[in-house]
Amino acid sequence: MTQPDVAAVPGPPPAAPGASPTDVIHNIGYREYEGPRLGRAYARKSLFSQSLRGAYGLGRSAKSKVLPMILLGAMCAPALIMVAVTVFTHMTHLPVAYTRYAVILQAVITLFVASQAPQSVSRDLRFKTTPLYFSRPIERIDYVAAKFAALATALFLLTALPLLILYVGALLAKLDFGDQTAGFAKGLVSVVLLSLLFAGIGLVIAAVTPRRGFGVAAIIAVFVISYGAVSSVQGVAASQENYDVIGWLGLFSPITLIDGFQTWFLGAQSAFPEASGPPNAGAGLVYLLILLGVVAACFGLLMRRYRKVGLS
Amino acid sequence: MTVIATESLSKRYPRVTALDRLTVDVTPGVTGLVGANGAGKSTLIKILLGLSPATEGRARVLGLDVATDGAEIRGLVGYMPEHDCLPPDVSATEFVVHMARMSGLPPTAARERTADTLRHVGLYEERYRPMGGYSTGMKQRVKLAQALVHDPKLVLLDEPTNGLDPAGRDEMLGLIRRVHTDFGISVLVTSHLLGELERTSDHIVVIDGGKLLRASSTSEFTQATASLAVEVTDREHDLLAMLDAAGLTVQASGHLLLVDIADDGTYDLVRDAVAQLGVGLARMEQRRHRIAELFTDETDETDETDAGDGAGTTPAAAGTAQEGDGRDAA
Repeated sequence: MTQPDVAAVPGPPPAAPGASPTDVIHNIGYREYEGPRLGRAYARKSLFSQSLRGAYGLGRSAKSKVLPMILLGAMCAPALIMVAVTVFTHMTHLPVAYTRYAVILQAVITLFVASQAPQSVSRDLRFKTTPLYFSRPIERIDYVAAKFAALATALFLLTALPLLILYVGALLAKLDFGDQTAGFAKGLVSVVLLSLLFAGIGLVIAAVTPRRGFGVAAIIAVFVISYGAVSSVQGVAASQENYDVIGWLGLFSPITLIDGFQTWFLGAQSAFPEASGPPNAGAGLVYLLILLGVVAACFGLLMRRYRKVGLS
Repeated sequence: MTVIATESLSKRYPRVTALDRLTVDVTPGVTGLVGANGAGKSTLIKILLGLSPATEGRARVLGLDVATDGAEIRGLVGYMPEHDCLPPDVSATEFVVHMARMSGLPPTAARERTADTLRHVGLYEERYRPMGGYSTGMKQRVKLAQALVHDPKLVLLDEPTNGLDPAGRDEMLGLIRRVHTDFGISVLVTSHLLGELERTSDHIVVIDGGKLLRASSTSEFTQATASLAVEVTDREHDLLAMLDAAGLTVQASGHLLLVDIADDGTYDLVRDAVAQLGVGLARMEQRRHRIAELFTDETDETDETDAGDGAGTTPAAAGTAQEGDGRDAA
């Protein structure tokens, strides 16, 4: 319906007959936009912040806030409990190392990736919103970079917040400042890499399918099955006292990759059976290279995925 | 000043030639791009947005080369896709604000322009509700709004009337007309129906099989084309005789009488004649060209081609000529 562009401003009540009409009609016609156009970098940043907020359901329906908020709570609750225990029982160290925390709560992180990676990219594919992005100044790399950075940042917030709680709690409990700060810093390095790795893998899987459900299931499957396979084979190797094999096997699932990396580079205690992380410096280096390689490969795959998307 | 200029533009895929040495100039105003499905309309739009390189030839949009200035062009052009593109769980306002920011508008400007643009396309209270509950007509309006929100110099509208009922179609076409007359934005609008673009467009470009079939101003198309289809409940032969006697050119076509419209007085003559006979007037509508006629390239012989939907000889190339493009005249 082509409604005329007029907004009738209600004038004073009808004047006495004979008085000049005082009703005014303001024609709010089309106004041209003379202001600034901020270009690609700004658009990329806008997409980043929209996607980051979207990962926690902000700017979306109330229903879509439920799961990410529950998961955030589930991530932080154990840290709060640990802090409370440490403070009230006057322990001399935190019950769990900073670098170990994410490994213990990997299920929560996996659920977050599985629910939010498809939310971030499958939706655009499913509702065919991508053509609207690509008919604007941003390029393919801007879209991929913004989505990748947004999910990685969302994961970083999810994993770093409990570490921050632990750190603040540790300082409140008057634990050694130097030790705690070093441990906290190592924990942050570890979760930065974890966030990049999980975000990359999650997005690559999610971007394959416009169906959100498939994306969720596929991501959970990849993370759970790979971890299950790695740890059960590691268990077999442990029973045969084949410790080098345990160390190498960690390369084959996302969370054990992080574990092996931080065992070698951050001096963390490995969560592998018998705490046997990478057997030697070479293996440690391989962990780092694979870790960075997978992140880079995910970015490359995403770029490839969107090459064909274009307008249709 | 040309808005779009292509020069022997070709796009070849391994198996098909989507565009074949297309040379066309589009001037400011509303330009209708008509062609059957697969005629190369969408391919042309992709190339014009700098998203798909041409195999050969050149194209300039707003004076910018599509091969090198794609990003700049996309900043100045709005695009409304043919397909559905709206996430159902966000409101029109949130969605269009986001799209405005993606076009580079600062946050405050994005909000203001969104409110303005949604009002211009005729979306009021609904704009705060999730778009999943919108009718097709409302969705089309949001799609148009997101193409206009950054005040482009040119909008490319891909089949904007798709899926709309006749009333919604007329509203959308009126809106498109206003995009140029009131907003001063040039429009390239595609359709596979010539009839609906005739009224809206200043110029018509017809492509088929990636080739330019015809490009001319709308007035050339509409000259001597209009005829009036009249259907009465009874006594059409008497009516025919009366109108003949009144000096009108009339042909019978089944139940319908096709009257050439000489001027506005024609409508009065038909009305008076029907009233005199005392029969019911079941239908009186303008008949316009269908795409089929363009292939015969004989604009004067409208009577023949208009004679009945489906009964007319349809050139093979015009297999898509769909539905009579008649519309209520008054």
